[in-house]
Amino acid sequence: MTSQEIFDRLIAQFGAVSDAGIVSKLDAPVDPSITVAPAHLKAIAFFLRDDEELQFEHCSCLSGVDLKGKFAIIYQLASLTKKHKITIRVEVPAENPSLPSVESVWKTTNWHEREAFDMFGIVFTGHPDLRRILMPYDWEGHPLRKDYQVPEFYNGMRVPY
Amino acid sequence: MGLLDVKFEHDNVMVTSLDWLLNWARLSSLYQLQFGLACCAIEMMAASASTFDMMRFGVIPRATPRQVDVMIVSGTVTLKMATRIKRLYDQMPEPRYVLSMGSCANCGGPYWEHGYHVLKGVDRIIPVDVYIPGCPPRPEALLEGLMKLQEKVRNETLAKKKTA
Repeated sequence: MTSQEIFDRLIAQFGAVSDAGIVSKLDAPVDPSITVAPAHLKAIAFFLRDDEELQFEHCSCLSGVDLKGKFAIIYQLASLTKKHKITIRVEVPAENPSLPSVESVWKTTNWHEREAFDMFGIVFTGHPDLRRILMPYDWEGHPLRKDYQVPEFYNGMRVPY
Repeated sequence: MGLLDVKFEHDNVMVTSLDWLLNWARLSSLYQLQFGLACCAIEMMAASASTFDMMRFGVIPRATPRQVDVMIVSGTVTLKMATRIKRLYDQMPEPRYVLSMGSCANCGGPYWEHGYHVLKGVDRIIPVDVYIPGCPPRPEALLEGLMKLQEKVRNETLAKKKTA
């Protein structure tokens, strides 16, 4: 399926839901994406995976982006059966960066969500084990945020050069 | 077998200083702590493999800090790893030596400015005997650093009383 057909399929299913917020950006040079509202992310994710025509059984990447004021979470989905792919984009406000976890949809996002939590402080509600994955457990702050300040010391070790 | 094989006419007696003998034994069997941190570890493995054969210098990797003489810090020391390195160093028996291998372990390397997670030089937590420059250093450079360390061991005195 083309990206347009995937988008039309989503609209056919969720177009009636007023706040699903499904917006397409399909003319991008790479990775045509579809933006959805965080509140409906889980239902849409299940639909993307289980629909007979879509069958996105593989989430190949989950990224966090700091857009200053809001965070974007980007899911790159692929269907090995149907040989098509799509990028799903969710935006959350920086004051309360939380959205439902899709760990129950794609198991591979378990560690990806932990990484996004570690680096950006994005909270994935419903995640079974949301703790830091790269930084030490006693680390303070989320290093990939734009406003992150490198600490002067960590456990008595000076951090700056 | 070695230098002294089939060399003696009668009884096996040789005269040397105790320091020379001890140092000769120590520098010829510098056991290494078996661990690697980053891409430098790949070069360290290459140095251990047959082409460069680090074992001909008596460097044998041991998997426990309690049986080693030298720690080769081969790669980027993240702050998370730094606490472990400190603990491993503390468990090594004296006399102990540290080879800092590569730019990351020397001074932070390419992470010196934006590496929020990298310790800018392993000498901030443990004393370093030999610094090996390179990113990563070739096995020849590691062997050169090892021979520098052997030189250092050769010039030490363990048996002699320390003068104040």
